[in-house]
Amino acid sequence: MHKKVTFGGFAFPLVLLLPQLAITFVFFLWPAAQALYQSVLRQDAFGLRTTFVGLDNFARLLNDPSYLASFKVTLVFSTSVTLTGLAVALLLACMADRVIKGSGAYKTLLIIPYAVAPAVAGVLWYFLFNPSIGILAYLVRGLGYNWNHQISGTDAMILVVIASVWKQISYNFLFFLAGLQAIPKSLIEAAAIDGAGPWKRFTSIIFPLLSPTTFFLLVVNVVYAFFETFGVIHATTSGGPGQATTILVYKVFTDGFVALNLGSSAAQSVILMLIVVLLTAVQFRYIERRVQY
Amino acid sequence: MADIAIRNVVKRYGDTQVIHGISIDIAAGELIVIVGPSGCGKSTLLRMVAGLEVITEGEISIGGRVVNRLEPKDRNIAMVFQNYALYPHMSVFDNMAYGLKIAGRPKGEINERVQKAARMLELSELLDRRPRQLSGGQRQRVAMGRAIVRNPAVFLFDEPLSNLDAKLRVQMRLEIKQLQRSLATTSLYVTHDQVEAMTLADRLVVMNQGVAEQIDTPLEIYERPASTFVASFIGSPSMNFLPGEVDGDGTSIALAQGPRLRAMGQALGQHGGRSITLGVRPEHLAMVPEGEEDFHLQVGVVETLGADILVHGKLVEAGAAARQAKGEGGSGIIAARLPGSARVLEGERLPLKVASGLLHLFDPESGKRLVEV
Repeated sequence: MHKKVTFGGFAFPLVLLLPQLAITFVFFLWPAAQALYQSVLRQDAFGLRTTFVGLDNFARLLNDPSYLASFKVTLVFSTSVTLTGLAVALLLACMADRVIKGSGAYKTLLIIPYAVAPAVAGVLWYFLFNPSIGILAYLVRGLGYNWNHQISGTDAMILVVIASVWKQISYNFLFFLAGLQAIPKSLIEAAAIDGAGPWKRFTSIIFPLLSPTTFFLLVVNVVYAFFETFGVIHATTSGGPGQATTILVYKVFTDGFVALNLGSSAAQSVILMLIVVLLTAVQFRYIERRVQY
Repeated sequence: MADIAIRNVVKRYGDTQVIHGISIDIAAGELIVIVGPSGCGKSTLLRMVAGLEVITEGEISIGGRVVNRLEPKDRNIAMVFQNYALYPHMSVFDNMAYGLKIAGRPKGEINERVQKAARMLELSELLDRRPRQLSGGQRQRVAMGRAIVRNPAVFLFDEPLSNLDAKLRVQMRLEIKQLQRSLATTSLYVTHDQVEAMTLADRLVVMNQGVAEQIDTPLEIYERPASTFVASFIGSPSMNFLPGEVDGDGTSIALAQGPRLRAMGQALGQHGGRSITLGVRPEHLAMVPEGEEDFHLQVGVVETLGADILVHGKLVEAGAAARQAKGEGGSGIIAARLPGSARVLEGERLPLKVASGLLHLFDPESGKRLVEV
């Protein structure tokens, strides 16, 4: 017999919830409110005077070519990170799914990058691709391409994409592998008997059946590319050269904490917050009905 | 239509041998049922025919063509899986059309063939549904339909009815048989259910621990089981086994529990003095008036089935007072299937006679059949 225990009144449940509520308040609601408040203020260069300017910060941002450029950089960056990350992880997961001997070691090794801090991952790839001492930069030069991410914006973008993808592959790999292992073997066998070759089986059976996993990872990876890659970028290119790798979240940091333009930085945070809300809404809507067949 | 020849097929996983050289010849259009307990290797054998498992040794040919090294798709077979293996993201129509589409058939032909199969299986109304919107029986039919539309040389069935409830199973069993008869496609059917095996099979392969113990028609296997394993596996309830010894002159058998069965005929002469295991099917025991019995049954439990009753009890010597079974003589627990009209009370001592000519003698060491009696 399971008896449901309930607490009457309002005060006692509140006390029980208080630790969680306090954390939410201090680390989420308060800063968020602060950002909202700051986004409608402007301070002078010496921080002596603060004036209320309404939505002027937002209006300036949307007319600022460097902000719009940052939007474009973010789009390119997050699309590349997400698509490359998913594709490589799916390939690895498909291969791991076929491995019988030593699969434990193989899987463990693939999961290790997830334990590496973003900044460390960034530094790792920074050295590998360093134009003077990097082994990969040397190899690429051997192929006839003069790699220099300190000068070329494209090279810098490729570098941060590689570092960010590498960091996230473990996560994607785990989910894809679980998804693959959830597909009954007999389905694949039935398709093989029906005459489908390996590629046809993948495109017509496996990939459609993985679609809930793929969609979930798509959302998670977009969020990752938008926000959690800060450490990678900060440790490798610092948003440069020029603004070639300044994604939105990095611009919030440079404008706010380096250039001390707090109003504009806060306004950018609010825009980012809206993007997160949108992404989360999409995510929840689809995760609610994950099975799409 | 094609014949199948399975020649000395062996399957090993590493050092573990699971199939120890099986040979079966299947004529075109025949329905062969492979039956055996779980783990006997019957599904593995089927999967080797399908091309889903590598054949370690031996040879399998379909329609005169050795298929050992061919991919499943090149073997011209269709398979119905235990869990049906329907593609969950496709409609019933697409499930059935999948193989034809891959084969690159024209749209009109695909449509025509799927519609025809759907009519045959009463699925015409369901073609737009997804598998999860179907009942178990309907899914089963779709799986059959997917096999039929491709018009393969061989159907392979891997326990296709075991996920259905008892009533539906009986119905689908009949449908599969009718379908197989009308299409006359060579079929290999794996099951662990001996009733399914008996009712469906043209010929039966009884497998045990990777060996085909007997390959014959269902009736032949029922009447002349080649070993104690086959005898106990086929027939329900199982055959009763009683240890005993043939008399020196071969005219009677002394059972370890005491009773003596007389006048077994001349066939026993060659086994005079030998230990045997006597097999009697429950349905071959009859209630007789006191004095004509071979032995008595001390009734333990009576199960009423309506048409029949099953009487479970302990064997005791005819006429004599109930006496303790000899230690080495087995339990002496036997079952008898009597007409439903018989009135038997629990605790009663029932005079029973063995129907003449329906005894089975087995070697107690090897379990092999000894002689016709």
